[in-house]
Amino acid sequence: MSSAVTLNRVSCVFQSGGKAFRAVDQVDLEVRAGEFFTLLGPSGSGKTTCLRMIGGFTLPTEGTILIQGEDVTHQPPYARPVNTVFQDYALFPHMSILDNVAYSQMVRGVERAVREKRARELLDLVRLPDVAQRRPAQLSGGQRQRVALARALISQPRVLLLDEPLGALDLKLREQMQSELKSLQRELAISFIFVTHDQHEALSMSDRIGVFNKGRIEQIATPADLYARPATRFVAEFVGAANVLSGEGARTLTGHDSAMIRPELIRLGTESGARTGGTVAETQYFGAFWRLHVAVAAGARLLADVPAATGVPAVGQNTFLHWDDGAVHALGAA
Amino acid sequence: MPSSRRPRSAPGASWLLKTATWGGVLFLHVPLALIILYAFSSEDKSYVFPPPGLTTQWFAVTLGRTDVWAAVTLSVQVAALSTAIAIVLGTLAAGALARWQFFGRETISLLLILPLALPGVITGIALRSAYHTLEIPFSFWTIVVGHATFCVVVVYNNAVARLRRISPSLLEASMDLGANAFQTFRYVLLPQLGSALLAGGLLAFALSFDEVIVTTFTAGQQTTLPIWMVQELIRPRQRPVTNVVAVFIIALTFIPIVAAYWLTRSGEDGSAR
Repeated sequence: MSSAVTLNRVSCVFQSGGKAFRAVDQVDLEVRAGEFFTLLGPSGSGKTTCLRMIGGFTLPTEGTILIQGEDVTHQPPYARPVNTVFQDYALFPHMSILDNVAYSQMVRGVERAVREKRARELLDLVRLPDVAQRRPAQLSGGQRQRVALARALISQPRVLLLDEPLGALDLKLREQMQSELKSLQRELAISFIFVTHDQHEALSMSDRIGVFNKGRIEQIATPADLYARPATRFVAEFVGAANVLSGEGARTLTGHDSAMIRPELIRLGTESGARTGGTVAETQYFGAFWRLHVAVAAGARLLADVPAATGVPAVGQNTFLHWDDGAVHALGAA
Repeated sequence: MPSSRRPRSAPGASWLLKTATWGGVLFLHVPLALIILYAFSSEDKSYVFPPPGLTTQWFAVTLGRTDVWAAVTLSVQVAALSTAIAIVLGTLAAGALARWQFFGRETISLLLILPLALPGVITGIALRSAYHTLEIPFSFWTIVVGHATFCVVVVYNNAVARLRRISPSLLEASMDLGANAFQTFRYVLLPQLGSALLAGGLLAFALSFDEVIVTTFTAGQQTTLPIWMVQELIRPRQRPVTNVVAVFIIALTFIPIVAAYWLTRSGEDGSAR
């Protein structure tokens, strides 16, 4: 597969109050054509800055950015074959929805009848055929989101950049938009670069995920790989719940210096053959499962997720924990 | 706004408040009413109350006086030009100060607003000595430049307040969608800024139109309308002519100020949502 977007050793340093802040630090990244790629990380980790550099709104301090093999590092946003869906949608408040969607065709000199026909097609694509004459203020958050999508797609970009586009929506709408975005991306067969801090969103939508931490990429992998084989402690803890063990406790329980066990891979059982035992310190109900916090020897706490259908021991009771060898994932020294 | 929704206050406080309010309104507007009344007075040497008789002859007299028309024309030209300069410079300054962080930003912001805060005498003297030092003869243009100093501030204040409310992502979205800087200005920024500029421009025009102090210091033989009026009051000849002109100015100033008020209001409604 060919490369849609390539970042070579890209850094972005902001100066504020005489201090330099490396928002993005030596990032190497390759997004393939037709790929749904997610930049995942906590706020301030550099993922949005990275996206803005691809869009052309922020210039990198060093490094080069290639879009479809062409160096665009110093090109303005309007010269790049990418479009962006902004976090606040950025719809033009003084224009009708139709004019908003047709905007990029209008500034390129496409005649009115042609661009309006095309804009209506895009509104159909995002399933909003009846709002063409309204103003952005008259639309709901979910509708504005779809308009922003239609507007960004009208000039057929090869890459669509999405900056936390679902952040402002409520949970139900968000889940619906997640699957819609994913199927839209498949249908259009273009690359989506999606920024989010929500690991569920990242896992459920992406082909591959790049995890950001303090301006650097910690790991680039498929969702399944990322979850099962995190490269670092940060990734293990940021993506999903994890028991991360290190030092003496890790060596006795797992035989590694640093290791991770996912809570759902730990089972309750009898004393015989148990890896370890301890007292239940806390129980949390999540609907599909119970999460037990078990205080084991040496002051460590292990999380164990047990199916809600099975009974759970009460707080203060002793219990024994079992897991398979394959459940333990050794982490790198970092 | 339905008035029935408002809670009614205690009768005593209400009576006092009403008296005070009406007192204030009368204090402000009775002089204006007197000006209008004296425009119809048949007495032309001094203001006596009540006027000995009423006549509309002064309107005809005013129309016939070329010095009035020269002064009005000059004032309109000066106000229009200083407003035009103010709109260009004020918008540019607002654009720079609202968007970008740079060295000396706060200082420039303060220096820009200063001419409005400074007493007109100071601005006037400063300009006069500057013209003198640079050996620039007094002319139409020296008045325009003098007025532009405070007109820029009015436009700048309006534009900067609006710019700060416009989301930066709107401009980014425009560029992202293929618009160059000019197109972004034309199709996104200007429509958002338009009503603020119009309001600022109208206020600037009104300010320039009735300016006396700075004009006194920066005008040579030129007589703007306010200067003409001051001169007219000193020599008592056809006094009601001054009042006729004043009536016109009241009308002329009132219209743009009301328009500016409505325009900024509708602009705020549109962007607040």
